[in-house]
Amino acid sequence: MTTSPRWLLPDGIEEILPAPARQLEQLSRRLLDHFDRWGYDLVMPPLVDYLESLLVGSGHDLDLQTFKLVDQISGRTLGIRADMTPQVARIDAHHLRTAAPTRLCYLGTVLHTRPDGFAGARSLLQVGAELYGHAGIESDLEILRLMAEALALAGVAPVYLDLGHVGIYRALVADAGLDSERESELFDALQRKAKPEIHDLLAAWALPAEHATRLLALADLHGSAQVLATARDALAGAPEAVFAAIDTLDQVARRVAEQIPAVTLHFDLAELRGYHYHTGLVFAAYTPGRGQAIALGGRYDGIGQVFGQARPATGFSTDLRTLAAVGNLPVEAPAAIFAPADASDEVIAELRKRGERVIRELPGQAGEPAELGCDRRLVERNGKWEVAPLQ
Amino acid sequence: MQDTLTIALSKGRIFKETLPLLRHAGIEPLDDPETSRKLILDTNRDDVKLVIIRATDVPTYVQHGAADIGVAGKDVLMEHGGEGLYEPLDLHIARCRMMVAGPVDAPPVEGRLRIATKYVNCARRHFAARGEQVEIIKLYGSMELAPLVGLADRIVDLVDTGNTLRANGLEPLEHMADISSRLIVNKASMKMKHDQVRAFIERIAEAVAAREEAA
Repeated sequence: MTTSPRWLLPDGIEEILPAPARQLEQLSRRLLDHFDRWGYDLVMPPLVDYLESLLVGSGHDLDLQTFKLVDQISGRTLGIRADMTPQVARIDAHHLRTAAPTRLCYLGTVLHTRPDGFAGARSLLQVGAELYGHAGIESDLEILRLMAEALALAGVAPVYLDLGHVGIYRALVADAGLDSERESELFDALQRKAKPEIHDLLAAWALPAEHATRLLALADLHGSAQVLATARDALAGAPEAVFAAIDTLDQVARRVAEQIPAVTLHFDLAELRGYHYHTGLVFAAYTPGRGQAIALGGRYDGIGQVFGQARPATGFSTDLRTLAAVGNLPVEAPAAIFAPADASDEVIAELRKRGERVIRELPGQAGEPAELGCDRRLVERNGKWEVAPLQ
Repeated sequence: MQDTLTIALSKGRIFKETLPLLRHAGIEPLDDPETSRKLILDTNRDDVKLVIIRATDVPTYVQHGAADIGVAGKDVLMEHGGEGLYEPLDLHIARCRMMVAGPVDAPPVEGRLRIATKYVNCARRHFAARGEQVEIIKLYGSMELAPLVGLADRIVDLVDTGNTLRANGLEPLEHMADISSRLIVNKASMKMKHDQVRAFIERIAEAVAAREEAA
């Protein structure tokens, strides 16, 4: 019989060693300080929650991604959070209950049942910010700026911003009168921009030509800002909501170009990430060298309904470890002072109070000061303890 | 400066049939993968590289952005899931059919059918959609052997001419899907290298249309 190695971790679960942990901690402080300066209050939702609360407003995907266990007290199913956003929405809708805009941010571990992303991680450090109580594009812009600045703080550059609006697809589908089964088949094909399949589906359903043309056109409506003008022509005759959504995108694009000139804008009118959840503008940030989005967000009005207060909401989130890997900011290496076992307690306390890292020698310990990361040491001269370089 | 476009292809039929399409897009490989041992092939264009990998690995490379674009059979995409990819174009090459096949004049099977296949997910979906519970036996090749030696009752496999089936006393029973190769694109590449990727897709689409017209 072989024994399984005890040091082995489950797939997609990582332990973070001192150097990267320091990098993550520095990055998380930077980000939370950044959010704080914009007026976003930190909240700490629980790791475990009733499953229904965790899955509010979300689709089947999040259900699959959530680890479940049974609560021995209530007999109900608990989930380990796979996404903190619904919990944060509950805090706003149920506990804070204000009419004024609420700004919240969060940072914490989320767990996924199945590895996603290139690294195959199942345990992510989700960090994000949400703005509740305002329905205009100004709040979307605030979140976009907050995200762009957070990415810049993490050292991520250049950033490509992909903008979409779920209202366009939603209005076209409603206009064409597709039932939910057909809608989900079309959705699936559209997410893959599988034009041959979309074509076959629309033909099989014998949709009136004008609906079919518009739905098929969606698959090609992506590219630079010009695509918005193209869309107005290609979707001519569609319900008013479609053009309202295009106008929103247009306005957001203009303001982004002014306010966040460093990002390159891209539009994709068929991008429907989080379709069941989002209600308006959706966006994702990309950077070269990463085959997948590094930060995601969008508008999700009304999610607070089930928690007691429907509120307009917009926000973004990202994974701290992804940001750390992509941005790869230099870590400020800690400099430490080595204190011999017999060094004066007061001197050491004084140094620590000044912010120095002081490591006291343990009697009879192995290893040199340099191995402990020390670059200086305390030495006794004329009865006084002084800091001196390591010789 | 133009970014480099990396295109993932598999050796053999897909490579051979993709070459004329690439040529139309002004791309010619400088080495022949059948004779070269190189896995990354340079082309006549500095900004285009080809990587030669196994057919079933193409979606993985493209999904994770190790290649921007790839050519993958619809069978692989159906089995792999094809999520996180764009598949904007049917290249109409490497065509065949995915079929259920079994021994000629096989008697009906009592209870659960045993299906030998390398397309585990496709087979399960297909039979589940018909309300039939089956046992799937995953094999990596020579599916035709399984019913002959009593390992399975039916097989799910790609059928081109049907010669291999006939030579082994099998016959096609059900047509599951028409298969051809698709152009697949990494989502991030579509957004970040949009002009380049879009132009490439358009050139290839032209070549496909021209060939269809000639045929």
